[in-house]
Amino acid sequence: MPSSLFSPPALAVTGLHKHYGQLHALRGIDLTIAPGEVFGLLGRNGAGKSTLINIIAGLVRASAGQAAVLGHDVVSDYREARRLLGVVPQELVHDPFFTVRELLNIQSGYFGLDKTNRPWMKELLKILNLTDKADTNMQRLSGGMKRRVLIAQALVHRPPVIILDEPTAGVDVELRQILWHFVRRLHGDGHTIVLTTHYLHEAEALCGRIAILHEGAVIALDSKDALLARNPHRLLVVTLAQPDLPLPETLRQRQVSREGATLTLRVHRVEEQVGAVLDALRQAGAEVVDLQIREPGLEDIFLELTGSREK
Amino acid sequence: MTLFTKETRRFLKVLIQTVFTPVVTSLLYLLVFRQVLDAHVQPLPGITYSAFLVPGLIMMALVQNAFANSSSSLIQSKYTGNIIFILLAPLSPWEIYLAFALAALTRGLLVGLGVWLIALLLVDLPLIHPLWALVFAVLGGGLLGALGFMAGVWADNFDRLAAFQNFIVLPFSFLSGVFYSLADLPPLWRELSALNPFFYLVDGFRYGFLGVSDTDPLLSAGVCSVATLLASVICLTMLHTGYKIRG
Repeated sequence: MPSSLFSPPALAVTGLHKHYGQLHALRGIDLTIAPGEVFGLLGRNGAGKSTLINIIAGLVRASAGQAAVLGHDVVSDYREARRLLGVVPQELVHDPFFTVRELLNIQSGYFGLDKTNRPWMKELLKILNLTDKADTNMQRLSGGMKRRVLIAQALVHRPPVIILDEPTAGVDVELRQILWHFVRRLHGDGHTIVLTTHYLHEAEALCGRIAILHEGAVIALDSKDALLARNPHRLLVVTLAQPDLPLPETLRQRQVSREGATLTLRVHRVEEQVGAVLDALRQAGAEVVDLQIREPGLEDIFLELTGSREK
Repeated sequence: MTLFTKETRRFLKVLIQTVFTPVVTSLLYLLVFRQVLDAHVQPLPGITYSAFLVPGLIMMALVQNAFANSSSSLIQSKYTGNIIFILLAPLSPWEIYLAFALAALTRGLLVGLGVWLIALLLVDLPLIHPLWALVFAVLGGGLLGALGFMAGVWADNFDRLAAFQNFIVLPFSFLSGVFYSLADLPPLWRELSALNPFFYLVDGFRYGFLGVSDTDPLLSAGVCSVATLLASVICLTMLHTGYKIRG
């Protein structure tokens, strides 16, 4: 699926609004995602991520605006839009009447695919380490296994665009590694991937571009590197010999966090020097036991952006 | 087709609960009423009470199970959240509705067939107009499959669904002339029964077996067809607008 100037965007969202009674859940979202991207959608609980995804998936009707998958409107051309889209839902939903293999056969049938799709289903089971569970009833599977089945169901019709709604929420480290590997593999195969996650290091590790949603609006939309470069500060992390030492106002203003003896301070990367900040600490009577300088991560950017909006 | 197959396999996986149990329940009704009333009551000239009762029992079991199939499947899917697998698929409202309605009809017909076959062992029951019997069986399964679909989409929880079942479906099916002839009712109840579409289902179905009925079977077929069509339109409108299932 090579992207070209003439191919439609993998996902295009224009002027999307959603009202739930008095609640304005989405406030005019505009978003374009190119084919082949791994796109991160970040936001706190209630920011509007799931509403946005559900509108694209056709699970929720927008109050205003449009959404399209590879040029196909999700309402007027829903059949084609849904054929091109695979969605891994956030909740561990399953049908307790069927086995894993039966569910995949059913899901494949919903998309009009016949027995010729079985080799792909077999491969999916193998990739997701589900082969030995293929004939097990869904009720007997662990949460992690159910998560894998959800991914297999979303991919059974080989959609070029895949939405993963918090795929690693509540999964163990091993499964998280498998999922990360799988996302990279799908990306390598040319799929477009939209990932929502609460784990910001996950978005940092996997996504090329990131949008941050806050109270139903996009407050940041950029490449991961550009977002990371937005922060003009570095972080000075010091361990103090006196955990309860009171700090003067000048140091408190640059404090990012303080947990026990560990104090994190922001230092402007151009206008300030780390040595001057350490001098100020010494003058305040602090004895620095250990120190490190850290580049701010996506989490810091995220907190700064969403936090400053709330202020 | 896949959704229809899935819905059918769903109830076949719990065959004891979905087919055998209602057949046995109907058989119990038959045994009790046959024992108590056969010697004393003759609702229509030349026809035993058992022979009169069986078509009504078949229809009652058929419609109640058709209703139960679509309504329980939908509410369970909504409750567990797995309805999204249907909603994410490129299925049209027509395809979704037809799959649920036909699966409901299939279960209704299976239960009806079971009651009929068992009843044949106990009662001398003619089948004078088999085509009419089939027409009303299909209309009954279709109408109640549609009502079950409607209730399953509308109900936010199992309590509401039980209310729909116990306060609408059950009284309408019990008061549809399963156990008595319309001619035996006082005028007011007779007029009220004429407003109950379930009455036309039972009466027309009974005509298929016994060749006699309270109402012209053509009129009954007309009323039932209109009711089924109306229920289908409501279900399709629900799906088109996404009522209670697409946010």
